[in-house]
Amino acid sequence: MNDFPLFPEQASSVSPLVDGLYLGLVAITGVVSLLIWIVIFYFAIKYRRRPDNELAQEQEPPAALEMTWIVVPTIIFIGIFIAGAWVFFRLNRVPSNAIEVYATGRQWMWKFQHPTGQREINTLHVPVNRPIKITMASEDVIHSLWFPAFRVKMDVVPNRFRTMWFEATKTGKYHIFCAEYCGTMHSGMIGSVIVMDAVAYQRWLAGGSEGSLASQGEKLFQKYACNTCHTSVSGARGPNLAGLFGKTRPLTNGSSVVADEQYIRESILNPQAKVAAGFAPVMPTFQGQVSEDDLIRLLAYVRTLGAEQPAPVAVESPASALESRGAPAAADGRAEAQPASTTTTSGNQQ
Amino acid sequence: MSDATLSHSAEHAAEPHGHAHHHPFLQHHFEDMGQQHEASTLGMWFFVAQEILFFGGIFCAYFIYREMYPAAWSAGSKLQHWQIGAVNTVVLIGSSLTMALAVWGAQGARRKFTTLMLVLTLLLGGIFVGVKAYEYAEHIHHGQFPGAMFTYVHAADPSLTRGIELFMTFYFTMTGLHALHMVIGAGLLLYFIRRAWRGDFGHEYYSPIEIMGLYWHFVDIVWIFLFPLLYLV
Amino acid sequence: MTSTTIDDAPFIEPSTRERRNYLNDEYGVLSWLLTKDHKRIAVLYLFSVTVFFIVGGIFAFLMRLELLTPEGDMFTSDTYNKLFTLHGVVMIFFFLIPAIPAVMGNFILPIMLGAKDLAFPKLNLLSWYIYMIGGIFGIVVIITGGVDTGWTFYTPYSTQYSNTKVFATTLGAFITGFSSILTGLNFLVTIHRMRAPGLTWYRLPLFVWSMYGTSVIIMLATPVLAITLVMLMVERVLQVGIFDPALGGDPVLYQHMFWFYSHPAVYIMVLPAMAVISECVAAFTRKRVFGYKFVAFSSLAIAFLSFLVWAHHLFVAGISVYSAMIFSFLSMLVAVPSAIKVFNWTATMYKASVSWQTPMLYVMGFIGLFTIGGVTGLFLAALGVDVHVHDSYFVVAHFHYVMVGGTIMAYMAGIHYWWPKITGRMYSEWWGRLSALLVFVGFNLTFFPQFLVGYVGMPRRYHAYAPEFQVLNVLSTAGATVLAAGYLLPMLYLAWSLKFGRKAGTNPWGAAGLEWATTSPPPKENFHETPVVTWDAYDYPAFLKAMRETQNV
Repeated sequence: MNDFPLFPEQASSVSPLVDGLYLGLVAITGVVSLLIWIVIFYFAIKYRRRPDNELAQEQEPPAALEMTWIVVPTIIFIGIFIAGAWVFFRLNRVPSNAIEVYATGRQWMWKFQHPTGQREINTLHVPVNRPIKITMASEDVIHSLWFPAFRVKMDVVPNRFRTMWFEATKTGKYHIFCAEYCGTMHSGMIGSVIVMDAVAYQRWLAGGSEGSLASQGEKLFQKYACNTCHTSVSGARGPNLAGLFGKTRPLTNGSSVVADEQYIRESILNPQAKVAAGFAPVMPTFQGQVSEDDLIRLLAYVRTLGAEQPAPVAVESPASALESRGAPAAADGRAEAQPASTTTTSGNQQ
Repeated sequence: MSDATLSHSAEHAAEPHGHAHHHPFLQHHFEDMGQQHEASTLGMWFFVAQEILFFGGIFCAYFIYREMYPAAWSAGSKLQHWQIGAVNTVVLIGSSLTMALAVWGAQGARRKFTTLMLVLTLLLGGIFVGVKAYEYAEHIHHGQFPGAMFTYVHAADPSLTRGIELFMTFYFTMTGLHALHMVIGAGLLLYFIRRAWRGDFGHEYYSPIEIMGLYWHFVDIVWIFLFPLLYLV
Repeated sequence: MTSTTIDDAPFIEPSTRERRNYLNDEYGVLSWLLTKDHKRIAVLYLFSVTVFFIVGGIFAFLMRLELLTPEGDMFTSDTYNKLFTLHGVVMIFFFLIPAIPAVMGNFILPIMLGAKDLAFPKLNLLSWYIYMIGGIFGIVVIITGGVDTGWTFYTPYSTQYSNTKVFATTLGAFITGFSSILTGLNFLVTIHRMRAPGLTWYRLPLFVWSMYGTSVIIMLATPVLAITLVMLMVERVLQVGIFDPALGGDPVLYQHMFWFYSHPAVYIMVLPAMAVISECVAAFTRKRVFGYKFVAFSSLAIAFLSFLVWAHHLFVAGISVYSAMIFSFLSMLVAVPSAIKVFNWTATMYKASVSWQTPMLYVMGFIGLFTIGGVTGLFLAALGVDVHVHDSYFVVAHFHYVMVGGTIMAYMAGIHYWWPKITGRMYSEWWGRLSALLVFVGFNLTFFPQFLVGYVGMPRRYHAYAPEFQVLNVLSTAGATVLAAGYLLPMLYLAWSLKFGRKAGTNPWGAAGLEWATTSPPPKENFHETPVVTWDAYDYPAFLKAMRETQNV
């Protein structure tokens, strides 16, 4: 017999917040609904039709009641709104020290890429008690990446980057679901996230990879000949990308833009959309030539170019690593036996 | 209170609005021509309201993409011959005038005048649709019809081509829907020309022509918005 | 005056001249297919929506059977995807949206107004034909292989990736939309221009107010869906990129435009249900609905606010945090008028004469289930919770509590309430109560577990699911069986009543309202003389007095 949980596992830093809000709502609305049902049944029985009350007594309850049940629910609803918005803000504020992981959704699999270069399909290894930021893209239709145990979800929309984050607080193996209907095998677009303690995670990271994501991106940067224009030489045809990421950039049309993931993406695929000030719109489009996976690698490279000191990709063991529960759970062990097989080589499919 | 009720209802029943006095075009479920007229006019206004929302939706999408692809939008509008559009605008405004005159004629029971004005409206509407068809043929000939037939490449800046295709999609969808409304209007005009010639309309009964006019003016106004958005920007 | 039983005293059996009614006025198939009588058109709709309800119900039941086991072992994934898509399309476009307005609104609204017909009878018949043409597209799609996009037709899946009958389905939905637009237009004009002498706005039954709100939404929201579907069809046929990001479009714009219609559409489905409930509450408590004006204006408030909340379907689609907050706040506000209605209905029962007849059982079921549906809406409007439960079975349970627990419960209440008026026959009260009980129990058993399984983490539209969700899914399927029995029973005993049911008098429930002032079934012109209204809605003493006097004339 399967065990059947009536409540999902709390495995992230925000889970208690979401659950608290949820249970609070259950309590408030439960009490109100129960009261309504009790009153209805009480009235239905007490004032049931009998020969002596064939017609109701026309006796209006006091009109102040009306205002009461307009004002009181409104206040309660606004309270719920505030609580919900507060939690939502927490869900949206990405900690600055998050590990950057990349995800690509396609019919019907999830591909993950780690900054250290590991690639996985439908499995994601993350360390416990470290915020993880996922930058996501879709190769085809809209998907939605959902970690029920972490209470977070975000739609993955083609042709743009989306981000989400979580911080797992419990080691173990949890579901990954695609929540937005995406075609035939939608229900097969599932996977597992494996939360490991710091030691196990380091061991896992030590497994094979083809060099860090940024270094892979650097190779692509040369392969696509980006480096012929985007150089530090003065008079180069393209802007120098060093120190670019995250900064505000002036554009030729007088406005300015923050050089974030979305901007980098757009500048590769649709370079004419926002041309950096001082440069001619001469860059050709790479739409249809660069796969989503390669875009992510290029982004990772540009990101490291932008960092003050390059590539803090290695995960330093947090002090808490030793305190967290010793051996990885059995689930971790099993998953760990096969990182090489889930680490795939090709992301190119076009 | 109840006495008043009774007397009122008795009075009501006795009112001399027997069927003998009814106008031939008074439908059985209306009390009198006034109610029928008010109902049909109000109905047409509600219909126009939903039409505004219908076109409003695609106008909204148009503006969003114009914001996204300003260069392509401006290049796309240069593919249109604004002179032809301007001529068509004049034709359509002329048809609105004749339509308004037809309503005036119907109200005054001027049978021949009304018929003539309706025929003129139909004629001008026909010219408009004909010119539109010519423009369509030109666009198709130059490979500017979106989709598989789209072979056009913007010479100065090929990267705009895709945005221009999107612009042309909006162009054909919006003007196509507008032309469809014109064709439906033309069909209605044919029907009303016959009725006007037969002499159905007069002082008491002109609401069909009036609501036909409302519809026609509405379709014209849509064009007044379409013309600058698609030809001039 | 409260001493006598009101069922027998003032209501005299119809005299011979009243034997003729809309049903026996003419005979033959053509007399139905070419009728301009709103009552006959309502009956045409009744048959059509029932057929679609059965079709949609079969799809639902097949889905529930598949979900008995976690493995997708009964149908292929494609078949399952088609099942839930067709279930949604059929139930929403061909059943829920037309059900109450086109059946009960058509039949009762003109009678409530003391009118001989709707303002535009020909247009009304045209609406039915348009609906049937849309419906034929739906049937053709079902027969020729189905469609698998989900009823929301999200792009770019629907325009570029699905290889099923997307075009025909959206065209069917597009066409059916015009049927509702014309019905809404007809209702609005009728309410404005066709009221009987003395029937001022504040004397209107609450049914009329709610239908007014519904019609406004239909008129202003449906055209936006229509144009959205036009763009979708253009994109699908020409393979251009209006919504396809690979070709320069914006798929989230589609979601905005789709929900700009489809969230108000929820109220197109729910407001008529509230209309029916207000009538039934008044009739089966024999009392004026408490806070008449508040209930009336809450319908208009819902109609207005329903246009301002669409983006709460997009909280995880990547809209900005601030617009999410605005839409969350507005979504909270739209709950207020619904709450007002629930409280007022409840208060109406205070010191009332509460009957436990079948429609009232459905009403009590409605209030209970709609309350759950409503309060779980607050969970979804609360941003922090929505991120987790969005696109999960929690959402599925929520909208079924609103659509099925709300709209269909009210539809059943209304059918039972007006059945004697429509057919002139009484159904079996015992079977009626049994079916109401079965529906209530079956419904809760079907959908309550889905709240739980949704919060635990089961995504919607899943053909196969993780094994730990199975127990709750089995419960749900078991409930669906009971629910199906509850829906099938009325079809049998109502059909039975047509031949064997006791003849209903003019006013079998002792209710107040113009429809109970004319014979059952009503004559072709609804009233033998145009009624003059001197009483406020649900003013029992005044209504009974007026009836007694007109009977004596």
